[in-house]
Amino acid sequence: MTNNLTQEITRTPPRSAGDDIKEASGVYDQTDISVRPEEFRQRGPAEHREKTFELRNVSVSYGGNRAVHDVSMDIFHKNITALIGPSGCGKSTLLRSLNRMNDLVPSAKVEGSLLYHGADIYGPKVDPVQVRKVIGMVFQKPNPFPKSIYDNVAFGPRTTGIKGDMDDIVEEALRRAGLWDEVKDRLDDNAYGMSGGQQQRLCIARCIAVEPDVILMDEPCSALDPISTARIEDLMLELKERYSIVIVTHNMQQAARVSDMTAFLMVELTADEKSRWGELIEYDDTSKIFTNPGDSRTEDYISGRVG
Amino acid sequence: MATDEKPPRTARTRLAVAGARSSTESVFGARGRGDRLGNRFFLAFLLLGMAMAITGLAAMIIWAIIEGSPRLSMDLITNGPSTLAPETAGYRPAILGSIYVIGGVIALIVPLGVGAAVYLEEFADKTRWWNRLIELNIQNLAGVPSIVFGILGLAFIVRSPLSLGAVPAAGAVTIALLVLPTVIIAAREAIRAVPPSIREGSLALGATQWQTIYRQVLPAAMSGILTGVILAVARAIGEAAPLLLVGAVTFVTSDPSFFGPGFTTLPTQIFDWARRPQEEFQVLAAAGVLIMLALVLVMNSFAVWLRNRFEQKW
Repeated sequence: MTNNLTQEITRTPPRSAGDDIKEASGVYDQTDISVRPEEFRQRGPAEHREKTFELRNVSVSYGGNRAVHDVSMDIFHKNITALIGPSGCGKSTLLRSLNRMNDLVPSAKVEGSLLYHGADIYGPKVDPVQVRKVIGMVFQKPNPFPKSIYDNVAFGPRTTGIKGDMDDIVEEALRRAGLWDEVKDRLDDNAYGMSGGQQQRLCIARCIAVEPDVILMDEPCSALDPISTARIEDLMLELKERYSIVIVTHNMQQAARVSDMTAFLMVELTADEKSRWGELIEYDDTSKIFTNPGDSRTEDYISGRVG
Repeated sequence: MATDEKPPRTARTRLAVAGARSSTESVFGARGRGDRLGNRFFLAFLLLGMAMAITGLAAMIIWAIIEGSPRLSMDLITNGPSTLAPETAGYRPAILGSIYVIGGVIALIVPLGVGAAVYLEEFADKTRWWNRLIELNIQNLAGVPSIVFGILGLAFIVRSPLSLGAVPAAGAVTIALLVLPTVIIAAREAIRAVPPSIREGSLALGATQWQTIYRQVLPAAMSGILTGVILAVARAIGEAAPLLLVGAVTFVTSDPSFFGPGFTTLPTQIFDWARRPQEEFQVLAAAGVLIMLALVLVMNSFAVWLRNRFEQKW
């Protein structure tokens, strides 16, 4: 049964959903990097790694006020990429622009080019719903639906039309989120009866039940205690075997513990201090950012001298 | 020297201590006499308000039971009205008429009211002037006297352009228009109370906006929407004035049909009996009030049961 399930899921790999976006935007990946060994694609020298996202001069503004300005960075396949920086530096805004959640704010405007596997996410023919099927999101505050645990996980596969035995899909998602043993006897209970940490892992299970390619996490542990946080961090390290993860965090130790790459963003002010926006200061391997940062502002921030 | 200086200092200190103590006590300790009186007066005022409301309700129910009890029998429900034999006359056509009208009202206000509320809350761009105009108008419409809707119903629904004639359907449309603003406002409030994080969570899973509304927002708001519908229907049952205008003639002896001319409803029938001078008809009217109370009670308990089912169903 489980074998059937894995076959069912691998038969519709997330890459094919990305191909939809490529076809819609008319952009194709020229270099075939799939022939490279998996390990090399993830951990090799940066220029040889497979890129999940390519951001070029991305700016996001809300009703004319810049929130993030001129960010260029590559986010790599099956890596955990951490976005750190002080409040108001636009980390969350940048994260939400990766799966077009910013579309929900009518005044939001994204400029620059934001490619996902070589396809423009903001292309004219791209349906944001398709983008969000492939690029899932976990929010700061656990937000389970007011339904049973089972229905919470089954909601995504049902709405996106994933075929297969729903009981198996739910079990597989809960297992991968490390929640199955805790909830298998109370799948029909209301999800609000779970602890905060369990709720957040349920949200992660719900997200992976639709088999995304990327999981975006917006400060997923900020509302949780250290034990729940540790469990979610372990979970992230397991999940990166299958998914690319981008995480926004205020917790620098967390970024250092789990991430492969770290981007440091900083608030910039105009001379008269009337408007402020976020800028990417430095983006590099996590080990380098935390041991030998290239920019003095990064060093000041991670050593706790500012911010 | 020291004694010269001491008295003013102690006086000042004593004053300061007294001031500090009293101001701290005013925060934590017992209030002053004026405050206590004010509290008691306000509490008495609240109790008076509640007592008046309950007295009014109790007086009405007790009066109706005492007045109407001689006529409480199955005749009251199974027989038609009669001026010749008031001691066996009943409310059968009026009950059926009321049920037809209310059934039509529910069938109209639930889809229209919820649809309008979903549009205004989920789709309408509030920066556009026409959406703000619609909102303002709906709020104002909720306060328009019912007789105005009766005239509207007579002019546009009974006569051309709809030309339905004086039928229960026309009454249902008129009453539906009357209570629609209430339903829309209540449904909007219920939809707005669904936290945005639920919508975000659903959209982030790749659900469309329609799937999000249909499968997350509406189920979560359902109990609130039903509350609004209950209140609207309770008001609709008791409406007589607009129905008189759209032709709920007050003396019909045969059973009505939804699109057939000649119908009456419970409030209009009660009105007809109550204005007659003979004692028998007064009793009949009081008995009619009891039927109406029972009908409202049954409908409301059904709606409350339905609402609790939605609240418990995950």
